[in-house]
Order: sequence, then structure tokens, then C-alpha cells
Amino acid sequence: MSNEEKKLKMVRIYIMGKMYEVPEGLTIMKAMEYAGYRFIRGCGCRGGFCGACATIYRIGNDYKLYTGLACQTTVQDGMYLVQIPFVPAEKPKYNIEKLRPTASTVLYIFPEITRCVACNTCTKSCPQNLEVMDAIQSLIRGDLIKAAELSFDCIACGICSMRCPAEIVHYQVFQLVRRLYGKYLAKKAKHLEERVNEILQGKYAEELEKLTKMSVEELKKLYQSREIET
Amino acid sequence: MAHESVYPEEMRESIEKVEETRDRRLKEAFRRITPEEKDELLRKWHPDFRPEGKRPLKIGPSKGLVVPHEVADLIEAYPLIDPSQIDLSRIDYDVDILIIGGGGAGASAALWAHNSGIPAERILIATKLRFGDANTKMAQGGIQAADRPNDSPILHFIDVMGGGHYANKPELVKTLVENAPFIIKWLEDLGVMFDKDEEGNMIELPGGGTCRKRLHACKDYTGLEIMRVLMDEVLNRGIKVIEFSPAIELLTDPDTGRVTGAVLWNLETKEYYIARGKAVILTTGGFGRLHIQNFPTTNHYGATMDGVVMAYRVGARLRDLDATQYHPTGAAYPEQIVGLLVTEKVRGLGAQLVNVDGEQFIYPLEPRDVVAAAIIRECYGRNKGVVTPTGMRGVWLDTPMIEIIHGEGTIKKSLAAIYRMFSRFGIDPTKEPILVFPTLHYMNGGVEINVNAQVLNAKGEPIPGFFAAGEVCGGVHGKNRLMGNSLLEITVFGRIAGISAAKYVQNVEPGKLSLKHIERYVEMLKEAKIPETRKSPMILPEYRGEKVLSRAISLFKL
Repeated sequence: MSNEEKKLKMVRIYIMGKMYEVPEGLTIMKAMEYAGYRFIRGCGCRGGFCGACATIYRIGNDYKLYTGLACQTTVQDGMYLVQIPFVPAEKPKYNIEKLRPTASTVLYIFPEITRCVACNTCTKSCPQNLEVMDAIQSLIRGDLIKAAELSFDCIACGICSMRCPAEIVHYQVFQLVRRLYGKYLAKKAKHLEERVNEILQGKYAEELEKLTKMSVEELKKLYQSREIET
Repeated sequence: MAHESVYPEEMRESIEKVEETRDRRLKEAFRRITPEEKDELLRKWHPDFRPEGKRPLKIGPSKGLVVPHEVADLIEAYPLIDPSQIDLSRIDYDVDILIIGGGGAGASAALWAHNSGIPAERILIATKLRFGDANTKMAQGGIQAADRPNDSPILHFIDVMGGGHYANKPELVKTLVENAPFIIKWLEDLGVMFDKDEEGNMIELPGGGTCRKRLHACKDYTGLEIMRVLMDEVLNRGIKVIEFSPAIELLTDPDTGRVTGAVLWNLETKEYYIARGKAVILTTGGFGRLHIQNFPTTNHYGATMDGVVMAYRVGARLRDLDATQYHPTGAAYPEQIVGLLVTEKVRGLGAQLVNVDGEQFIYPLEPRDVVAAAIIRECYGRNKGVVTPTGMRGVWLDTPMIEIIHGEGTIKKSLAAIYRMFSRFGIDPTKEPILVFPTLHYMNGGVEINVNAQVLNAKGEPIPGFFAAGEVCGGVHGKNRLMGNSLLEITVFGRIAGISAAKYVQNVEPGKLSLKHIERYVEMLKEAKIPETRKSPMILPEYRGEKVLSRAISLFKL
């Protein structure tokens, strides 16, 4: 898309109070770049996976504060934007090998969870549309598995934690929850362990070594004749 | 259609044809391409085969190697710093192991250096943006490992070599496939939540070019899940990470050429720091943000190939950089998400690629370069693409098939990220197909290493003190990487780099620090009459003003 091919329709946005005209249809991130900003903070994967570009905004005379990811939200006329580059949260250290996989472990490391007043602000602010409050409440009820499942798609943007009146650092809580689940509660893959042992015993070593010495022609034959599982 | 569609009228007309042919296509398997057809398709339609897109390097250890212009422009370029202005006597960070790059490879290297006995405070990770801001997080589809009874590392090896057009370095491939099950086990033990059935068996899918179902996934957030677990563990161990401080040059011992540290650049204060390491591990990733041949990219903001540039200046040999991976299915509509990754898992679950008339034109799980070339041919050779309002072309990825084949709710469950990405812009992939076109995805080549992750010089000998892992390296994937082998490469070789570096530092003293290699490199640049305005590394791409608007892919215009 170039300007010749398409007459750009412009919208007005306010970046930290200053007005800029930018083409409609851009994401907030691209609109800020169009306006002349070069990101150091507040920009990461640009695809909705990393949570670096948490943004708070208002629109026109609407009193409400909205939240979103700058790389996944389209600009609107009259948007007032502020990027939130960083949540100053301390990450507690723990030794995952020494923990018991229970909700009380999580409550012990993150006691502030019990301060949750079930206001649901976290859920309303989540750009991934996760049931954040339900995940926290599951922990309070002792259901670690439910919390792990509900929080799986968390990208740790930190918006919920900034809005939370109980000062819960949700994304760190959920990180611990998921590791406890993945390590201790999910059943281990037996076929995986068996294969690891076979390799340790050298079952494939000789044949692999032979393959590394093979000519391209021989390898081609093997490749083209290999049976493909459907 | 029952629901409100955001697709414009002309695109909706094509969608109706896709819907009409769907029942028939559900029973149809498109035939596989023959080796001869494959060669011709790639030669004619893959962007790598456009000679005007590349040139041979004029200087350095891999002089003569043909690489894309965008790569050559950064390699044939002057350093950002003037060596005479840098005070190397003031050492800000003095450690045993300096890791440059905080993605999956860097984190794995740090953990295994620590496992090998290096104290946490003797390891430093320096990274350009935040810790974990890397392509690792964006990997969606999965990680390969031959761990099912009907599979074996032998078959994995053959798939990797064939997919890479036999240009791979075989001993690196052996290392990759032989270590794969162990790595999955390691990740499982760290607490990565893999998709499993009720018995604990891994749920595995096929990927393009794999002869077995071998893709282990965590929904379609596989890389995110692996990266955040690795990060959590690095932080739990107390390993130090400095963020927003990319390396902009390596430091070497002037007598031996050993790599002994790096000049780091604080992006916010614009000050430099001197970091000394008895060993240096380079894990800086790839080059998507160079927009090779003007393609949009799936890559992270920081993917600017800084590591290759720095390594080349200390004498590292490069390989396979002539081959660039275009992921066949980048989003082509709507405008806001053009170029973003639509994981291969979508095809692994049964979605077909169809043209404007609703007809298939390629078996959907051919290797990536083949599928990408076929899509470009369909759009620009046969004029059977779908044209968007901004002039972008693409083909349909028929996602509603997944719901028919695997049952309602599969997309929301197994492709949560894709569902979210499109539904944010009003498209429901459970009901309507999505439009795709190839997008710049992966740096197949890079710095050459050996099986111990040591970086090699022009003669093929290890450069002392210098290790590398991940996308910055070349050789593992030959000319074309298969899906699910990059998450595997970063963990397998990140681990090896950490172990090798830990062994290396046991017997050496900290090295002397110099920028002698930079002085020599500048002389070569001058001799080759490289314009002095050309500077590198790039550090961050430039998108201000008009540059941010989507890149038109006008290369293949009829």
C-alpha cells in the first residue's frame, strides 16, 4: 500500500497528550511509529505474544479507561494513549524441585492472593480475554489445575496487575501454578522416557553415524522412499 | 453466511466458492509433488532464486558467499563505534560466561552452564530488549522429537536432511535429532505444559516435510510456554540479566584472537559498558526485521542479525545465508496483521490451501519452501489469488475444515492464539477461511559451529572462547528448516553451548580486551571501497513515518 495507490484517510490521536494525524486502520503501535516515535520500550514481538506493549487509553469524552495491546488494537479517532512500559513487580525465587503441587504452596509464596475482593477488574482489563479473576478464585478454593488451565494463554502484559486493588501480580502467580501443574500433576509421557533411555543405551548411535557419512544420492533415495504416516 | 462478515464483497464471493467445494475437498487429498516438479517450482517462484536479490560478499572470512543484499549491506558496513574512543580498562561486568541474547537459546545456555557448576553470579545474560523478547516466544506450532514407537531419530534425521536439500552439516543434524527426546524430557521436568492425552502420552501432529507425527505442542503457544518456563527458572537460579543493553561489538585478545567480552550499549542512557567473559556465547537470533526482498515478517522487533555482523568481524565463517525461509502462511488480511504468523499447525490439523475458485493447488504439508513457492505461483503466475482492498494478494487457508474434521471447538482449544488474532479484527476462523501469503520467517543460515557449539573460523577451526547457538547459527537446517526444529535447535544447542563454555572456562584466565579485529576490519572495508555511511549492527529497525505502512509485494507483479 503506497499513498499513490490509496488516498489515506486520517484520524486524530493523542499520544501522551499531543495530537497527531495518522492513517486510519493502523494498529496503535504502527500509528505511533507513523507519528514519529521509535520504540525502545513498549514494543516486542509485534504479534500479540509477548505482552511488551500494554497500553491504556480513553476515547473522546468517554470517562472510561480502556486497555489493550498496542500491536493488536486499531486506532480510533479521538484516542488518548499512554503506554505502560513496565510493571515494577518483584519476582519471588523458589526451587521448583522442592515444592508441593498444591494451591497452598501458591498461597504461601503469594499470600496477597487472599486479598482478592472479586471485583473482576483484572478480567475486564485482560487483552487476551482470560477469566483472570476466576483463576485467582480457583486457587483460593484450592483448585490448582483449573487455575493452570484458565491462565494458560497469559502473555504477562501486566495490565491486570496494574489495575488490581489487591496488588496481586497475577502473571507471576500463574507462572508458578502452571509449572507445578506441568511438572507434578500432568502425567509423564512414558513413551518419551523409553525413547530417552534407548538413546542413552546407544540404540541409534551406529546407524546415525552411518547416515552422517552417506552420499547425497543415498540420502535422496532414503528420503524419497520413506513411508509417510497419515 | 449466518454471521456478520467483515470481508469485503469481492472476497466474500470467493469465500462462497470455497464453501461450495468444501464437502468435496474434505474427501480429496492433493497429490504430492515429484522431485522434478519441486525443483522447477522452487527455481521459478521461490524468492531465493531471484538472482537480482543477492550478491557475493566482498570481504571477510566468507568472501564470495552469496547473500541477500540486505545481509551484505550490514556485513559490508562500518562499526558504530570508533575503537579509539572506547575505554577498555574500565570493566563494568566481569564474569565467567557472557551470554549475548536473552531468547530461548541464551536461557538454555545459562541454565546448563549453571547445571555444569558455574555459579549464578558468574553468568551474565545481556539482551537488547526485555529478557525473553525473542522469536522463541512467537513460535506457535511445536517442537519436534522422535519419541513415538513408530518413529525414530533415524527418520527425523532423514526428514531434516531432505527438507534442507541435503545442504545441512550432517553431524549437527545428528546432534539435533539424537538429543531431541532428552530435551523434551528436560522441558517436561521443568514444568512445561505439553498437550497430552489422559494417559500422559504426548499428542503429536505432523508438520510440513515430516514423515511421522512428531510435533509436540502447547496449544499454539508452544514457544511462549517454553520461553516463560526457561525465564522463570533462570530468574529462580539468580542468574543476572541486563536488559535494553545489546552488544554492539565483541572484544578479542589481540594476540590469540580469542573472544573475551563485548561492548554493550545501554539503549536508554546511550552509554556503553564493557563486559568481560572468560567465554562468550552468542544467541542473538535471526534477521526477519531486515525485510529481505521487501517481504513482511513474522519476526520479533529485535531480529536484526546483529550477532552475525559481530561474529563476522572476529573472523567467524558464515554459511547457507543465501537461503531465506518464507513461511508459507503469513496473514494477508486484514491490514493490521499482515505478515504475522499463521502456524503450520493449522495445516497439520487438516486445513487446505485453496485459490480464488475454491480449488486446491498444492499438498498442504510439503516442506515450507515448496508451499511458499506454490502460493506465490498461484497468486502471481496463474492469477488465481484473492486480491485485498489494499492490493495485497493471497490464498485461502480453509480453517472451518478443522472444526468438521476434529469436531466443534477444536480451533478455540488447539489454535487459541490464531482464533484470538483473527477474532480481534472481526474474522471468525471457525466459520470463515483466512487469507494468507508467504512472509519472511527464518534465517536458515548463519555462523558456522561444530557439534560442541564452538564458532568456527575461515579454516574451520574453533575460535577460542567463542560459542553460539540458535538461529544465529547455520548448518543445522541446510537450505530450508522444517517446522518444529527451531525450538529444538535453540534448546539442544543452547544446552551444548552452556556445557561447552562451562568446561572451557575451568582452565583459562580472563583474556585481554581489545578492538584490534575492528581496526583490521575497517581497513578491509576501506580497501574494498565500501561507502563509509554504511553502519552496523542495526540494533532496531526504522519504521518512523511512511516506512511503517505495509510493504507492497510488487516483486511478482504480472
